[in-house]
Amino acid sequence: MLRLDGVSKIYRAGPFGGRELRAVSGVGFEVNAGEVVSLIGESGSGKSTIGRMVLRLASVTEGTITFDGEDVSAIRSPKAYYRQVQGVFQDPFSGFNPIFAADRVFEMIRREYFPRVSRAAWRERVESALAGVRLDPGQVLGRYPHQLSGGQLQRMLIARALLLDIRLLVADEIISMLDASTRVDVLNLLADLRSRGLGVLFVTHDLSLGTYVSDRTVVLRRGRIAEMGPTERVFGDPLHPYTRTLLDSVPRLHVKWAERRDEERAGRTVCPFHDRAPGTPVRGDLAEPEKDHHVACAGPGACPAAEEPEFRQPSAKERV
Amino acid sequence: MSLTVTDLRVHYRTPRGEVRALDGVTFTVADGEIMGLAGESGSGKSTLGTSLVRLDGRMRHVGGTVELDGVPLPVADSAAMDRFRFRAVSVIPQYSMSALNPTRKIGKMVAELLASRGERPDRAELERRLALVGLPPDVLGRYPIELSGGMKQRVVMVVSTLLNPSLLIADEVTSALDVSSQKAVAGMLLGLRDEGLVTSMIMVTHDISLVYQIADTIAVMYAGRLAEKAPADVIVTAPRHPYTRLLISSLPEVGVRQAERRLDGIPGTPPSLLDPPEGCRFRDRCPLAFDRCAERPPFAEVAPGHSVACWKAV
Repeated sequence: MLRLDGVSKIYRAGPFGGRELRAVSGVGFEVNAGEVVSLIGESGSGKSTIGRMVLRLASVTEGTITFDGEDVSAIRSPKAYYRQVQGVFQDPFSGFNPIFAADRVFEMIRREYFPRVSRAAWRERVESALAGVRLDPGQVLGRYPHQLSGGQLQRMLIARALLLDIRLLVADEIISMLDASTRVDVLNLLADLRSRGLGVLFVTHDLSLGTYVSDRTVVLRRGRIAEMGPTERVFGDPLHPYTRTLLDSVPRLHVKWAERRDEERAGRTVCPFHDRAPGTPVRGDLAEPEKDHHVACAGPGACPAAEEPEFRQPSAKERV
Repeated sequence: MSLTVTDLRVHYRTPRGEVRALDGVTFTVADGEIMGLAGESGSGKSTLGTSLVRLDGRMRHVGGTVELDGVPLPVADSAAMDRFRFRAVSVIPQYSMSALNPTRKIGKMVAELLASRGERPDRAELERRLALVGLPPDVLGRYPIELSGGMKQRVVMVVSTLLNPSLLIADEVTSALDVSSQKAVAGMLLGLRDEGLVTSMIMVTHDISLVYQIADTIAVMYAGRLAEKAPADVIVTAPRHPYTRLLISSLPEVGVRQAERRLDGIPGTPPSLLDPPEGCRFRDRCPLAFDRCAERPPFAEVAPGHSVACWKAV
């Protein structure tokens, strides 16, 4: 459904835009209908930039993003695109105008997209969308943003997206501002939406949240993909040293950092990219040592090949 | 006993009335103890942390006492507290990235700060402490703008502990950091205690899995009161308060997948602290609530070092 091919984003920085800042380099992956893909990375990894490019809030510098085969940046009618693709962001409080009742976001959808639907019929649709995100309409309709909790507001924004019969939801750190006792409910909601055939791009820095909901995981590091594949493979048997470092650093309940066994921490000494078995397919900068599980070169420090002076990343021409 | 807090009450003044952010909090922190103070937003955990250092203009000390190493802390009197700040009680603020004076080089700022307390900087000791948090000595000659966010955070950690305070309050210091730097900073906090630079520590956080990694004990706050305090392992493996139990079981861990094991949140929301209900404040969301919960449960010790405010746990 959604497909990214060699997508890069270069921001102009510094005085007169003289400096180039490469936020995303050659990223390619897919999100299919009924699938949650989590995009995991630390700050500056380019994960939010990718979400913004998918939502057309930022332009694509190189590569293409296609939705149902159509290039997203060349779309003639953005309105038709936004009917199918919507985003929900980190801060639910800034998504609402504090002067108006919170349910105004639903009315704006009606005015913009469904002007012919009668008020009574629209109210029914709103109520069923609210039920879909497990909110009681009586508790949230007619209330002002400051009267509602972050979890309620965030779920209202998801309900607003659902009113449009969207097929892809870009969820950018939607959990991080919510309280621990309610965040898992929003996660369950996202996972349940899969059964409606909705695709979700779940952008997060939190590995435990990512593993909980997603079918596939893309680990980003400095704008490049370090590793991607089915979630249980990427976190069950991480190939890239960076993924392992991330996993090691995540604080867990029941296991203390100090107690983790050394063999768990000890990485493989060879680079999974350069040490691949003969015949392992390579796509772009990524090797595919097992089916649908892709991994990049471990880079200097972890890859023996990277320390040789003539080392360089494979150029575009060499890519298959 | 290093720190003894007895029935502390702190309210916020707002146009709509008094918000009872801390409503009768009692606990102790032993010498050498790292206590994690966990809670959701609005539970009063940050208020508790800051009220031990400095009450700002909106906060009013309504009742209760704080004693540090046998000396009562005048928490209500900001001027009298000045004698204790930095020397006896110190804080690493939540936004330590913006806590440094941008017009001073780090070294000069440290010297001025020490001079204001009648102390002279010991260059060798300062460099040793910088090395302890992984900073090179030449940061002393740099301006804050030349340092990254993580480096500034570590500078503040060193500055806050220069006079070897008896109690250090670390307020959400890891919240703005990436997972790998979180682990490093948590390790450094542990190092401050192990090196004897601080005697005890209260680490305020919303992240129980993180504080579990370094804390000896964890106190869980709910709606302005302590729900439970116990050794870290006990809080995580055998909590007694229904709120702690539900909270712990709602936390996704790496490896837990929704398709295999579905976790559930806690229905409902915490009560407003403008006009909190009588009795147990978790009552409305609690699956075990019964008639007696209309009466406030005492924060009672159920096992050595394990206190719970719940009628069902007593």
